[in-house]
Amino acid sequence: MSDAQMPTAAEIAADVRTGATTAIDVVERHLALIASSDTEIHAFHTVAEEAARSAAAGVDEAVAAGRDPGPLAGVPVAIKDNMCTRGIPTTCSSKILENWVPPYDATVVTRLREAGAIVIGKTNLDEFAMGSSTENSAFGPTRNPVDPTRVPGGSSGGSAAAVAAGFAPLSLGSDTGGSIRQPAALCGVVGMKPTYGSVSRYGLVAFASSLDQIGPFSTSVAESALAFDVLAGPDGRDSTSIPQPHQPVLPVLGEGVEGLRIGIINELSGRAGGDIAEGFESEVVAQAEAAADALTAAGAKVDEVSIPSAVAGLSAYYMIAPAEASSNLARYDGVRYGLRHDGPNTASMMAASRTAGFGDEVKRRIMVGTYALSAGYYDAFYGKAQRIRTLMITEFDKVYEDFDLLLSPTSPCVAFPFGAKADPITMYYNDVCTIPSNLTGHPAISVPFGTGEAGLPVGVQILGPMLAEGAIYRAAEVLEQAAAKLAGASANEGGQ
Amino acid sequence: MSTQSETSTQTDTEPFEESVLPEGWELVVGLEVHAELATETKMFSPAKNEFGGEPNTNIHPVCLGLPGTLPVVNKKAVELSIRVGLALGCTIQRCIWARKNYFYPDMPKDYQISQYDQPLNVDGRLDLPSGSSVGIERAHMEEDTGKSTHIGTSGRIHDAGYSLVDYNRAGVPLIEIVSRPDIRGPEQAKEYVDELRSILVTIGASDGKMEEGSLRVDANVSVRPVGSDELRTRCEVKNVNSLRSLGRAITYEAQRHVDLYNAGDSPRLETRHWDEEDGRTRSGRSKEDAEDYRYFADPDLVPIEPSKEWIDEIRAALPALPRDRRNALLARNADPHAAAMAVARDLDRLALDAIDAGADVDSVLKHVANNLAVDGAETLDPAAFAELVKMETGGALTATQAKQVLAEMVEKGGEPARIAQSHGFEAMDTGELESLVDQVIADNPEEWERFVGGDDKARQKMQGFFTGQIMKATKGQADGKIVNQLLMAKAKS
Repeated sequence: MSDAQMPTAAEIAADVRTGATTAIDVVERHLALIASSDTEIHAFHTVAEEAARSAAAGVDEAVAAGRDPGPLAGVPVAIKDNMCTRGIPTTCSSKILENWVPPYDATVVTRLREAGAIVIGKTNLDEFAMGSSTENSAFGPTRNPVDPTRVPGGSSGGSAAAVAAGFAPLSLGSDTGGSIRQPAALCGVVGMKPTYGSVSRYGLVAFASSLDQIGPFSTSVAESALAFDVLAGPDGRDSTSIPQPHQPVLPVLGEGVEGLRIGIINELSGRAGGDIAEGFESEVVAQAEAAADALTAAGAKVDEVSIPSAVAGLSAYYMIAPAEASSNLARYDGVRYGLRHDGPNTASMMAASRTAGFGDEVKRRIMVGTYALSAGYYDAFYGKAQRIRTLMITEFDKVYEDFDLLLSPTSPCVAFPFGAKADPITMYYNDVCTIPSNLTGHPAISVPFGTGEAGLPVGVQILGPMLAEGAIYRAAEVLEQAAAKLAGASANEGGQ
Repeated sequence: MSTQSETSTQTDTEPFEESVLPEGWELVVGLEVHAELATETKMFSPAKNEFGGEPNTNIHPVCLGLPGTLPVVNKKAVELSIRVGLALGCTIQRCIWARKNYFYPDMPKDYQISQYDQPLNVDGRLDLPSGSSVGIERAHMEEDTGKSTHIGTSGRIHDAGYSLVDYNRAGVPLIEIVSRPDIRGPEQAKEYVDELRSILVTIGASDGKMEEGSLRVDANVSVRPVGSDELRTRCEVKNVNSLRSLGRAITYEAQRHVDLYNAGDSPRLETRHWDEEDGRTRSGRSKEDAEDYRYFADPDLVPIEPSKEWIDEIRAALPALPRDRRNALLARNADPHAAAMAVARDLDRLALDAIDAGADVDSVLKHVANNLAVDGAETLDPAAFAELVKMETGGALTATQAKQVLAEMVEKGGEPARIAQSHGFEAMDTGELESLVDQVIADNPEEWERFVGGDDKARQKMQGFFTGQIMKATKGQADGKIVNQLLMAKAKS
């Protein structure tokens, strides 16, 4: 989208730390790009100009005083607008929180600030992270920087677009069923969903607490690893946070995939026998297969593997996530903060506020979730979904006895035009490959790998068992290099 | 249900005594006691757990349920809850936090974090001083709600102009102790709550103040024909703010059930509110069309699995329970009522030490019950106290003198013998006292006539008169018991 090549996070941090550039220069350059281009893209709800300038000045002062501001010194980071930022509005793209300003920072925001990063703004999302296209935002959709007639994916569409457009080298998304990985694939950037519990959820406005996980977007695998090492680690404010210290992943980058056993999940490969499975685009399937070849070429042992429960994940997910959401979103009742519509008594005030404040998709999921938890239905719906989840964890754990990593397409399709998937069920199908990792709590990454229909980016997903981010990043880096080589080769072909 | 049967019960429920039900009916009561745990901070939030602050000052993003916040369990609250479980002889088990979902303005998240199908403490028992025993079904942890104040004509929600909410109490840790339906009368119910409160205070789990709402009682009341073991439809009676109200409310409600059955009707499952002023319960919401709480395991929290080591550690540090303390006195031949009183006054240690130093059990407990309900009594030196009691029982001091000396011992300390001496207390010679009695009779012939010849009432009145005169003449040194004996003897002669 922008012709000017923006520096990577690592380059910025190195230059700011050595004094080769200043954080304020970096911030101004990114603010200028946002000012000129975000009217079209609409990646941001709030551009935190003043806060960013003042934070940048703080970083520069530290450098001048001989202190090290940290591994992300001066790096602008865009934050999905469902993570709390003290003094900066946090809307979740919902009318019900339109004017809400949190009095506290999410743990991830604190960690970024402590590492010298600059919060540059808050990005658009599907309302309360419910959606796969960012079309469910109450404040208008985000456009895909690769092709502005198409969606950026979702729900973290604003954060994916911000990185793809060069508005920030890094951004944060949250992934409940694929909300980091799918938009990363559709915008042609790297998106990682860490192991559940490795990054604190404190300050992330909950959608489905047992599935939500925060992770980074970046243009490269190395920057993703850099950001992950800053974000990860125990947090006393999140009871589901893993108590063991984080094992840094940056040191293992470059170790390659020699000897790693990698499985192609039959059920999610996009193949049904010899044919392309329904809902999948053939170019996407072909790119995932090319990625498998690239890994083989790099020394990995690649095999097919069957995980029968993987396909049931979608149904289980669309019970569990709405059930938790129906409870998590109850607090938006007009009493303490956010939108209030008056009524003759408290109950009608609450009903009026929620009716006016929530969009259709949010209401749909609250209703489904409320139903799934109701007395008499609990066991048939929520209980059954939990049993499928348990079965899925068992099956994946079993497969990981024989494989180090697994592979699949990230999304069955490339970026689609606005309004193309108006039917909710068609939209939900976008998440078929990403949902299993949320249900199991395992980490997964989406790496750009070639292009599909209309030359649009394709993402390939690498999945691993608990805390296997190191191996995942190693394989992702191999794919990143292979993709660059393949792109170079085809560019040469095109040039001939 | 018919309104007629409701109104008909209003007049005939007084007086409130044990066994108020008509012959053939038996009361069946189970109690749910909510006690606020005596922690520094709230159940899941760093905000202070403190009663009586300015509205909305003991708050934090977590207990306000602000978007993005997460609960973190207060370990102290778990420890105190385990103490309660151990004191009630419960099994302590791995427990799961559950969300109880319902909309209410004083509940910040519109769900309450509680425990549902896997509570911390199960299957316990509470032995009451009078000898009966009540089963404990469970004792689980949960968070308290805030408080709404309805501004309008009656202070009730339905005609309030607006409401104010104070979240200071929101998130305060609670333990809910649920009894089995083993209670058979209002007095037993009161005794249960009293004993439970005493245990909670003794083990430091709660301050147990009903008047401040840190201890709240709901009663599940039903009745059945004597001899039956069925459990009939119960009503949950709420808004009971004192032990006296509890007894009255249970009696009223049980009688209402009996009246309904006698009229060929039956009560329906519902929540009812006790109206202290009118002395009756009123229908609240019906449980049949009550909300579905949609309980499910809270995904923001992990199960608590108390280790055996931790439980043993807590058990070892438990102070002696009221029951054990009463038993220690009973083992020294104390009267059960006097023993219970000494424990309730927290003066049982003093009493035991005095008794073990050789003082008479009954005399010691008499002073504990009557003369030591004062601040500072617990600091009394047991040896000196024992000495005083011995002086009294040995006849060196009259009861009145002993009481005076004791008061000074509590106030200033010191040896009883020296204090008695400083007041010039010497046991009065009986012969000397007798001549004084004769003198007083001679001085008041009319009164003496009425004492000797009057009816019981007059005699009682005159007895008081003569005792008073004699006490006045002896400056309180006479032993009231002996004065009475002398008066009676002279009246008969």
